[in-house]
Amino acid sequence: MDQKISAQKYWRINLKYLSILLFIWFLCSFGLGVFFVDALNNFKIGGFPMGFWFAQQGSIYIFVVLIFTYVFLMNRLDKRFGFED
Amino acid sequence: MSVQVWTYIIVGITFALYIGIAIWSRAGSTKDFYVAGGGVSPLANGMATAADWMSAASFISMAGIISFTGYDGSVYLMGWTGGYVLLALLLAPYLRKFGKFTVPDFIGDRYYSDTARIVAVICALLVSFTYVAGQMRGVGVVFSRFLEVDINTGVIIGMIIVLFYAVLGGMKGITYTQVAQYCVLIFAFMVPAIFISIQMTGNPIPQLGMGGTVLDGSEMYLLEKLNGLSTELGFNQYTDGSKDMIDIFAITLALMVGTAGLPHVIVRFFTVKKVKDARKSAGLALLLIAVLYTTAPAVAVFARVNLIETVSDKSYDVMPEWFKNWEKTGLLTFEDKNQDGKVQYVADPQINELKVDPDIMVLANPEIAKLPAWIIALVAAGCLAAALSTAAGLLLVISASVSHDLIKKIFMPTISDKGELLAARLSAVVAVCVAGYFGINPPGFVAAVVALAFGLAAASLFPAIILGIFYKRMNKEGAVSGMIVGILFMLFYMAKFKLGWLGDIPPASEWWFGISPEGFGSVAMVVNLIVSVAVSRFTAAPPHEVQEIVENIRIPSGVGAASSSH
Repeated sequence: MDQKISAQKYWRINLKYLSILLFIWFLCSFGLGVFFVDALNNFKIGGFPMGFWFAQQGSIYIFVVLIFTYVFLMNRLDKRFGFED
Repeated sequence: MSVQVWTYIIVGITFALYIGIAIWSRAGSTKDFYVAGGGVSPLANGMATAADWMSAASFISMAGIISFTGYDGSVYLMGWTGGYVLLALLLAPYLRKFGKFTVPDFIGDRYYSDTARIVAVICALLVSFTYVAGQMRGVGVVFSRFLEVDINTGVIIGMIIVLFYAVLGGMKGITYTQVAQYCVLIFAFMVPAIFISIQMTGNPIPQLGMGGTVLDGSEMYLLEKLNGLSTELGFNQYTDGSKDMIDIFAITLALMVGTAGLPHVIVRFFTVKKVKDARKSAGLALLLIAVLYTTAPAVAVFARVNLIETVSDKSYDVMPEWFKNWEKTGLLTFEDKNQDGKVQYVADPQINELKVDPDIMVLANPEIAKLPAWIIALVAAGCLAAALSTAAGLLLVISASVSHDLIKKIFMPTISDKGELLAARLSAVVAVCVAGYFGINPPGFVAAVVALAFGLAAASLFPAIILGIFYKRMNKEGAVSGMIVGILFMLFYMAKFKLGWLGDIPPASEWWFGISPEGFGSVAMVVNLIVSVAVSRFTAAPPHEVQEIVENIRIPSGVGAASSSH
C-alpha cells in the first residue's frame, strides 16, 4: 500500500517536472525562434539578429541543458523515493 | 597525392575498421541481435544514437538547404534536435523499463492486441523503408563523385559492407560500428568547418565565427555582409524567412514529434542497462548531435558567401576546377543565357544562369575554400559513415519487425531462439537487397517521401506510445483506430499535395490551414490523439493487468534486462 502511494506521489512530481521543462522547451523553440522571431531580430547578439540566433543556435543549446536538468532532477527523485534501479 | 588517392586510402581504412568491429562483435543470441545484449554504456549508446540519427541528409543535405533558404532552414535545426527532449522526457525511460525488443512489441503488449501489433509493424516498415532508400542513394552519389565508379557499383559496395556487419553482428555489431562512425563523421564535418571559419572570420569556433566579423578589413559582420549580398542579387535577406509562420511551426513540430517516434531511434534505448542510463544517454546523444547541428548553420553561411563571391558576375573561363568537376555530375549547371561569358547568379529565374543542387554545398565546400586534398577525402569518408550508420540502424528495425514481431509473435510462436536468430539474419539480407534495389532504381517519389517519413511517424506511432504511457485508460480500440486514421490521413494529404496521385498537384494556396505536406504530420498527429481518446471513451477500459503494466513502467526500480519473455 505504501509502495502504491509513494509511486503516485513520485509520478505527480515527475509530471510537474515534465510540465515545467516542456514549457521552457516550447517557449525557447516555438516562442523565441518562431512566433516572436521578427520582434527579437531588432536586437543583436554580436553579429546575430537575436531571433535568428535562437532559431539556429540558442534553442539547440537549451534543449541539451533541459535534458541534463531532467536527468539530474530524476536521479535525485529516484533516490528520495528509493526507486533506483 | 590526388584527392582520389586520398579518398581510396581514407575510405579504405574506415571500411576495414567497420569490418573488423563487426567480426569482433558477432551476435550469439536474439538478445545480442536485437538489443546488443542489453549492456551498452550510456556514452557508447549516445554515440551510436547520434550516428544512427545523423543520416546522409544531416551530413550532406542539411547545411546546403539552410544555405539556400536562410532562416527557413531553422525548421530542420530545431525540429531534428528538439525531438530528443521529447524522447528523453516522455519516451525513452518508460520504454526501457518496459524492456522489450521493438516498438511494435510495446504497442502489441500495452494494447493487448495482435491487431495493434500488426498496425504498428506496418507503420514501422513504411517509415523505415522510405528512409533507407535515401541512404543507399547517398552512398552511391559519394562513390560516383569521389571514387569515380558508377553510381550503381557504389550502391552495391555500400550494400555489401552494411550486409556484412548488420547480418553478422545485429544490434551488437551495429552499435559498435556506429560508435566508430560517429567519430569519423564528426571529425570529417568539423575539420573543414574550423578551417573555413578561420579563413573567413579568424575565429576557430564556427558557431562564433558565424556571428563574427569578416577578415577583409571592412569590419562588417558576416551575416550583415551575406544579407547585403543576398538582397543585391534579389534574394530574401538571409536572416529573414519567406515561409508563413504557421507552416514553419507545423513543419518544426512534425519533425520534432516524428523524430521521437522513429523506431530506429527508439530501439537504441532498449540497449542500455538501466532506466537512468536511458535518460542519460538521450542527453549525451543530443549533446553529440548538437556539435554537428550548431556547426551546420555556420557552414551554410560560409558556403553561401563563398559561392556568391566566387561565381557572381565572374567570367566562366576563370571558374575554378571544382566548378567544372561538379558540372560533370549534373548537380551544378550553367547556361549562358545572355551570351556575355559571365555567370549571372540572381534570384530572378528568367535571368539566373546558375543552378546549384543544395546537396553539393557540403561536399564542394572544402574545394571552394581551397583546402588540401586529404580534407576533401575525409569529407567523403564522413558522408559514407553517416549514410551507412543510418542505413544499418534502419535495416535492423526492418529485420526485427519481420523476424520478431511477425514470425515469432504472430506466425510461429514456438520458434526456437536459434531459429529466430536465423530468421532475423535472413530478413536483414532481404531488407538490404530491397534497399539496394531502391537505391539503384529510385522510384521518383523517394526523395519527396523521405522528408515525409517524419510526418508518418508523427501521425502513427508517437501518439500511440505517449498515450500508452501517460493515459492509463487508453485501450486497444482507441489506439488502433487512432493509428489507422492518423497514418491514412497523412498518406492522403501526401498523395494529394505532394505526389500527385489524386490528379494534378494543387497549388500551395490550397493547402489546408496553409500547412505544407512536410508539416501536415502535426495535424495528423492531433487528429490521431483526438480519435484515440474519443474512441477509448466509448469502449471498455483496458484489463486490470494492463493498467498494472502502465503503473509499473512509470517507476524505474525493478528493471530487468530487455527480454522477449512475458
